[in-house]
Amino acid sequence: MTGVETSTPQKRSTNVEPVIRTRGLTKHYGSLTAVDNLDLAVYPGEIFGLLGQNGAGKTTTILMLLGLTEPTSGEARVMGLDPAREPRLVKRRVGYLPDAVGFYGGLTGRQNLRYTARLNGLRGEGAEGAIQDVLVQVGLDDRADDLVETYSRGMRQRLGIADALVKSPDVLILDEPTTAIDPLGVAEILDLLRTLVHERGLAILLSSHLLTQVQSVCDRIGIFAAGRLVGQGTVDELAATFGDGSATLEVGLELVDDAQVARASEVLGGLAGVESVVPPTDGQGAWRLIVRPAAAEAGVRQEVLVAAVEHGLHLTTLRPIVPSLDDIYRSAILRRAA
Amino acid sequence: MSAEARPKPRPRLKPRVRPAPAPVAPSAETARLRDSLPRAGWRVVAAKEFGDHLLSVRFIVLLLVLGLAAAIPLYFAADQIRAAAPQASGAAAVFLALFTLGSEDISILRVDTFVGIVAPLLGLAFAFDAVNGERSEGTLPRLLAQPIHRDDVINGKFAAGMAVIGLVLVSVVVLIAGFGMLRLGIVPHPQEVLRLAGWVAVTFLYVAVWLAFGLLLSVLVRRAATAALIGFGVWLLITIFGELITTLIGGLLAPAADASVDTLLGSYQLQQLITRLLPSTLYGEISVVLLNPSVTQVSTPATIGQLQQAQQQIPTLLSLDQSLLLVWPHVVALVALAVVCFAGAYVSFMRQEVRA
Repeated sequence: MTGVETSTPQKRSTNVEPVIRTRGLTKHYGSLTAVDNLDLAVYPGEIFGLLGQNGAGKTTTILMLLGLTEPTSGEARVMGLDPAREPRLVKRRVGYLPDAVGFYGGLTGRQNLRYTARLNGLRGEGAEGAIQDVLVQVGLDDRADDLVETYSRGMRQRLGIADALVKSPDVLILDEPTTAIDPLGVAEILDLLRTLVHERGLAILLSSHLLTQVQSVCDRIGIFAAGRLVGQGTVDELAATFGDGSATLEVGLELVDDAQVARASEVLGGLAGVESVVPPTDGQGAWRLIVRPAAAEAGVRQEVLVAAVEHGLHLTTLRPIVPSLDDIYRSAILRRAA
Repeated sequence: MSAEARPKPRPRLKPRVRPAPAPVAPSAETARLRDSLPRAGWRVVAAKEFGDHLLSVRFIVLLLVLGLAAAIPLYFAADQIRAAAPQASGAAAVFLALFTLGSEDISILRVDTFVGIVAPLLGLAFAFDAVNGERSEGTLPRLLAQPIHRDDVINGKFAAGMAVIGLVLVSVVVLIAGFGMLRLGIVPHPQEVLRLAGWVAVTFLYVAVWLAFGLLLSVLVRRAATAALIGFGVWLLITIFGELITTLIGGLLAPAADASVDTLLGSYQLQQLITRLLPSTLYGEISVVLLNPSVTQVSTPATIGQLQQAQQQIPTLLSLDQSLLLVWPHVVALVALAVVCFAGAYVSFMRQEVRA
């Protein structure tokens, strides 16, 4: 790792083996370093998000985990197996949804899944049952016997997830599962992923460049930039690592005249721990308090309540602003560049 | 070689700094899955591809084209045989004449020549988009992420192509033979049946050369349309312009008019060697020898002695094994050509990155 704290949430006791573990994983394409010294761990029952711009090395990492391309150095373990040595066993246990997944348009959805099942050594009654189950799960059972060329983009993506699930995998690897899908479709897919983790208890590794989606569905996140993992952890942990050490509070006040505005500014600015006060730009919106250090945020919230009562200010809202992944991402990339 | 290849020790390019994690003992689950891995992934791929081919439009079109290519000359051949039948009764290989006779005016209007022209199309049509088609459809990464060996994909596709071609060839030949027996009342001699089977096998081999060539194109050329264009261009070059080009080269190499007989013979041999660089020539020569037992030599005599011998030869009929002996080098050359094309396709497919 590159000087970034790796933290594993407390709930994961040390005896839980990660389903995916890489050590010093590196891939060169000629002089280009696609993946650089990657250390990664994904645990059972969690959704891990690989976040990075296009070309940051996400897909290359995934291909190495599946044994579809060979690492230049370092090693990967998936379910304790080395994908470079036993690619077939790894691929038997890992469901993979490639970026821009395609299907045979001349076959029905069910026939496409049947082909995948056969390639996994599944046949007959058992296979048909599994196919029906996953079709129901992704909500395609009513269209399963239509040709895939009549499917919409979102339906193909859901069929792709069904395809990855047919072999009853222990791990699901999804490459850009929500790209080019309309917002409603995205919500459906993200819901589906959460259900899958819940019901089947599998681990999901997904890659994306869409920050908000990763934030909404992933338990932990790894931020990728130029082939390196610059940060890894929950959103809160990443915020602690990559934030600038301050926190922001949003305070809504009902103020009738300029005198009150001036008074409010004075009162809020005088609170201990408040670094600066940003008044609403249009006189109607909420005030923003920048608190430093970030840990003092909870205390400042109490002070605001007390001060509002003491000074007769009408408080309408009071809430902490969670740093968005966008901010974290930007600051992580910038820090990496610096 | 890619990581997809059969398991082999992976070369460590850099010394490993960190100690390897303790090897995880294969769990019962892993052992169970190891047993459930498909034993012959290529068969699954081949079965799917075969089904696709049979339902495809191109299968129906090619069956029609090949059927027409056989039916038109057959019509003329039937006329000739009927006319010649009274005096030819008892002549050898009347049944095979169905395949080698044609219109008296148009020399190429014969079943064997027509099949020789159309057969390469058959091979190309079932292979030119085999790999690049999967790539552009986005199905290749999904296919390769299944627990099969990477070569299962290309082997399965080749096997499926061969199966479809075999099906088409056999059905067309059986149709012609059936026509001969029903309409003309000719019953084939066992020797003729064997010769016909040999001819079908060689035609199959010739198509396999083109199938392997098409497969090679589908691996090397990213766009299926481009691959098809290149394939059909080569086919056109060889079948239509091949003779033209070799004649041209022969003309350039031709000796002066006053050259000795030895020089002339040497020049003819050289010309023949050049034409035999084309697979179509090889196939044509095999075809003639196998379907016509009275053809006793395929090469130009090398010496004046041989030339005189050939002129004084009493016309005889060769048995099938003698005919086969005559064209054995040709058959070996075709096999070699097919192997080279397939090996090229195989190796480049195994080395290709999954991503474009």
